[in-house]
Amino acid sequence: MTEEILKIKDLHTHFFTDNGEIPAVDGVSLSIKKGEVVGIVGESGCGKSVTSLSIMQLIPSPPGKIVSGTIDFKGENLVHASNKRIKQIRGNEISMIFQEPMTSLDPLFTIGNQIREAIRIHQKVSKKEANQKSVEMLKLVGIPRAEEVMNDYPHQLSGGMRQRVMIAIAMACDPEILIADEPTTALDVTIQAQILDLMKKLNEEKETAVLLITHDLGVVAEICDRVVVMYAGQVVEEGTTREILKDPRHPYSQGLIRSLPKLHEKDQKLYSIPGTVPKPKMGMVGCRFRDRCRFVHERCYQENPELFSLENNRLSRCFLSDDAEGKVVKDAEANIGS
Amino acid sequence: MQKPILEVNGLKKYFDIKGGVFGRKIGEVKAVDDVSFSVMSGEILGIVGESGCGKSTTGKSILRLIEPSEGEVKFEDQEITKLSDEEMRKLRRNMQIIFQDPYASLNPRHTVEKIISEPLLIHGMKNTKERKERVKELLEVVGLSGYHASRYPHQFSGGQRQRIGIARALANNPKLIICDEPVSALDVSVQSQILNLMEDLRDQFNLTYVFIAHDLSVVKHISDRVGVMYLGRMVELTDKDKLYDDPKHPYTRALLSAVPLPDPDVEKDRMILKGDVPSPSNPPSGCAFHTRCPLAMDVCKEVRPQFEEIEDNHFVACHLYGPAVQ
Repeated sequence: MTEEILKIKDLHTHFFTDNGEIPAVDGVSLSIKKGEVVGIVGESGCGKSVTSLSIMQLIPSPPGKIVSGTIDFKGENLVHASNKRIKQIRGNEISMIFQEPMTSLDPLFTIGNQIREAIRIHQKVSKKEANQKSVEMLKLVGIPRAEEVMNDYPHQLSGGMRQRVMIAIAMACDPEILIADEPTTALDVTIQAQILDLMKKLNEEKETAVLLITHDLGVVAEICDRVVVMYAGQVVEEGTTREILKDPRHPYSQGLIRSLPKLHEKDQKLYSIPGTVPKPKMGMVGCRFRDRCRFVHERCYQENPELFSLENNRLSRCFLSDDAEGKVVKDAEANIGS
Repeated sequence: MQKPILEVNGLKKYFDIKGGVFGRKIGEVKAVDDVSFSVMSGEILGIVGESGCGKSTTGKSILRLIEPSEGEVKFEDQEITKLSDEEMRKLRRNMQIIFQDPYASLNPRHTVEKIISEPLLIHGMKNTKERKERVKELLEVVGLSGYHASRYPHQFSGGQRQRIGIARALANNPKLIICDEPVSALDVSVQSQILNLMEDLRDQFNLTYVFIAHDLSVVKHISDRVGVMYLGRMVELTDKDKLYDDPKHPYTRALLSAVPLPDPDVEKDRMILKGDVPSPSNPPSGCAFHTRCPLAMDVCKEVRPQFEEIEDNHFVACHLYGPAVQ
């Protein structure tokens, strides 16, 4: 078994706003092994982006703050690391790609300038070597005419090309973890296919671990080994991609998968989860999904469900997965059915 | 055989590019370049394509929110591109649109009541009490409640706002609704709620939709027939099952194979296209797709393929099925 390079334990990131304290990330734990592709799935506002920003220590403060929890990167707790140390790690050992390739490149600098900057900050190399390395990176991510593109400005490139440049910058220092926050959401399907293909290739060749944040279960099926489903600031289910997509256990994951229109299935009415995602607030008791859940019962209002372990290291935050309880509810369902 | 409610023939929309010292015209962007199709009454026609392929421009040209450069649009056998503004205004009662972004398409300074009652007022419902009743009724039809009428758009979530947009479009009992990416700004669980609502409304009010989207699985779910656009041209148009089971045009095939499926067991025979969509200001000669097409032939570079019916109700614009090859 390979080592875990990143371990997040009970992370709480809260935002202190005029309307009170908001627990955007409320006790998230997850880990990434070397060379693994882990997906975080969830709808907008579930805390998936805040989790990734917390890892990079990029939470705007104020109003945001990591209240408690540890982020363990190869034995080092990033939450308490100094700014100087974080700067060494950021972009070097852990790097990130953002959703909007249009806004995450500086429009005033050439592409070459921006890649060289990333390399020269972290490695002691001459300008010339940095230049060479930059061209190499651009070729690696499949940009034609790499030498010429070095002198282009971001507006001269298309969305797909810009995202490739972002990946080139992120990969320039051979990071151990690449965090990709919705890397293909702003792109068209044919370009998305190209970018996913590229990320898969880089993951295989360089053994870079990837933390992919997305709302698209199709993208997850495409490249992830393991999936973490988040809802309202918490992890609600975790398992391998196949397990989650084929046999989801948490009612939320089940609903999410059933509500996708399928390309290869004949018509039927789309399933939809009633209601909307609750706003996170402090001191919530009980299951956060209870108001939209088909299997809601009394216990969901009284206790906070923990992440129950299932077979194969799977986890599910639902009382139905609690052994004793599960039987009770299944019996009850059987009774209703009969 | 049903009668077509909407017929589009040879629709073109060129935008001028201005430049130079005097702002003279130095080029054209061919956003929509000779598109023809018809929509039957009660049908849902999906239009898919990547960004910049002209699908939204097509939708807006039909309503003359953008003036088409050339071609004709017939609504219930009436040619509408030549109508005066006043006649067009009256006709818009029957043709409505739902926009993509529920955050930008509702005026933040108006209450929901005002937003929904405005089209009623314009089309002659002068009685305030009547309007109030109708707004309440519309809100209930789209799954909101009457008491929501006094609220402002920012008090609603994205899905609820899109419901308000739908209620506004329904206000005057239209026959045709152009839906311009109505669900692409929404989360999956909300998206399915809106799709179901739209289907219910179609059955309830006997509506006809032109459903524009970039998400192939959404279009497949809701449409009866689907048209695929590339660089301002319609490349394939047929029944949805035919299109998804037996796509003819190489671009359609590539597009379908590029969709990531949420199922780890599906065998993937990927056809990854190289490069980007060319600029519509300088589209490739001949077939616009030949620069990325894996099956391109010599003839594709020179001759623009005709949009022809190669099988029953299956229109394709590709030389592979044209007389040049056979």
